[in-house]
Amino acid sequence: MTPAGSVLLLTTLTGFGYGLIAWLGTLAGLGFLPAAPFFLPVCVAIGLGFSSAGLVASTLHLGHPERAWRAFSQWRSSWLSREGVAAMATFPPAVAFAGLWWLLGAGAVATRVAGVVAAVLAFVTVFCTSMIYASLKPIRQWHNPHTAPDYLIFAVFSGAVLLAALWAIWFGAAKGLAVAALVAALAALGAKLAYWRFIDTQKPLVSLASATGLLSFGTVQPLDRPHFTENYVLREMGYQIARKHAVKLRRIAAVLAFLLPALLALVASERVLPAVATTAATLSALVGLLVERWLFFAEATHVSTIYYGV
Amino acid sequence: MTSLPEPQPGGKKLGLVIDLDTCVGCHACAVNCKEWNTGGHHAPLPDHNPYGKEPHGVWFNRIHSYEAGCGSTSKTVNFPRSCLHCETPQCVTVCPTGASYKRAEDGIVLVNTDICIGCKLCSWACPYGAREFDEDQGVMKKCTLCIDRIYNEALPEAEREPACVATCPSRARHFGDFNDPDSKVSRLVAERGGVALMPELGYAPVNRYLPPRKATIPAKPLERQHGGSVNALLKMLDMVLSR
Repeated sequence: MTPAGSVLLLTTLTGFGYGLIAWLGTLAGLGFLPAAPFFLPVCVAIGLGFSSAGLVASTLHLGHPERAWRAFSQWRSSWLSREGVAAMATFPPAVAFAGLWWLLGAGAVATRVAGVVAAVLAFVTVFCTSMIYASLKPIRQWHNPHTAPDYLIFAVFSGAVLLAALWAIWFGAAKGLAVAALVAALAALGAKLAYWRFIDTQKPLVSLASATGLLSFGTVQPLDRPHFTENYVLREMGYQIARKHAVKLRRIAAVLAFLLPALLALVASERVLPAVATTAATLSALVGLLVERWLFFAEATHVSTIYYGV
Repeated sequence: MTSLPEPQPGGKKLGLVIDLDTCVGCHACAVNCKEWNTGGHHAPLPDHNPYGKEPHGVWFNRIHSYEAGCGSTSKTVNFPRSCLHCETPQCVTVCPTGASYKRAEDGIVLVNTDICIGCKLCSWACPYGAREFDEDQGVMKKCTLCIDRIYNEALPEAEREPACVATCPSRARHFGDFNDPDSKVSRLVAERGGVALMPELGYAPVNRYLPPRKATIPAKPLERQHGGSVNALLKMLDMVLSR
């Protein structure tokens, strides 16, 4: 599948944004956040900023961005529509959470409830995003039990490093969050390695004989293509540029997205330059997750290309 | 609505039967499809650089050729590929706007290009590669089963069939109602063992393909070993030359 920049930005940036909101809401609900009046509203604004940037980027993918509002209508059947609804529905409780924190304080019941509601909706949004891909039966690298948990784990990890960085910049040391980011980074790395092992051992979904209804003939080989130049199906679904570099890109993704942030989180947890280390970890994770997401698309094969012998 | 419609009692299930035994791979169906549809329901269809080095555009019908089997019994099979108007099409249910829909009354899968946002998700959901994106208009396009021909009262009744069916010179394409057990398409499928493509993916495609016939006419032996019907002169020559 062709990795479109707008979709890479959507899934990566909303992972950071909604991941951060999920952490803030959960920690506030449990009463684990310091009662500084401005820290939380600033963090919520940054989280919603990441999410908004991703959502705006996604509209660049559309042939008709001005019609994007129509995508809220088909939530009964479409995961893309559900993602849109959940993404928007997270904003009011998140804004209320920040406002109530500032007005009523960190300990108020209303603040905590708003935080938990925002956190739940943030998780639901990321889950809906993951299901857009996980529900597509023609793409075996997406339609499998890894996709949805992976997206949630990556969002938890993204939010953890971002919150660790904001905390360290604001308050200095951030031992607990740095350890959380370290654990999340290792969990995310494990999930990604398991995913790569899984797709490498998958079998093709169908044979050309089944795709052409010629099973009774045994083998079927392509002879002539219908057209000698590319068409939409080959451009969109038959993307192959990345596959020859996949091994190197997987190493780059694993190091930048997970290993380097894990190392930097470990450094921060030992109170060595916590703000610098966690900020570097966040930037490394952002770049690494973009590479990881690029591979998620570039390594995905679509069953329709079997008609072209691809 | 992109939820699938409940099947209506007495509703039709319109689709095509494509005979892989008689298809000669002439691409006439693809050309007539393009010709009709660039002026029809989804008009116009992109057609860039048509006489240049790298022509490209949107076509609803693409004709592949395959070699089926191997060795002396292998066959060249010409294979037209278009929308199969599936009974459970994921291209419809993934649509976030309601632009992609399946008609309750006859099962035709269509795109309302007035509300399509051009997210392309429907094309990702189609395992048959049947949908092609119109870059010029920013919307998705697909086979309409020539909805503007089959119900078109301005056309003589005999011409109310899809353009691909009307033009096929070897009568390899048939159009009809699969819900009617006595229709031509239902009978062809029953008699010839019509098959669905990739049934294991669960899209329940309506269109059926008739596999090439395997029967061969037994050839006469080149020489007869025994018997007196062979010309006596040839028999004598054979004896002389065989020494």
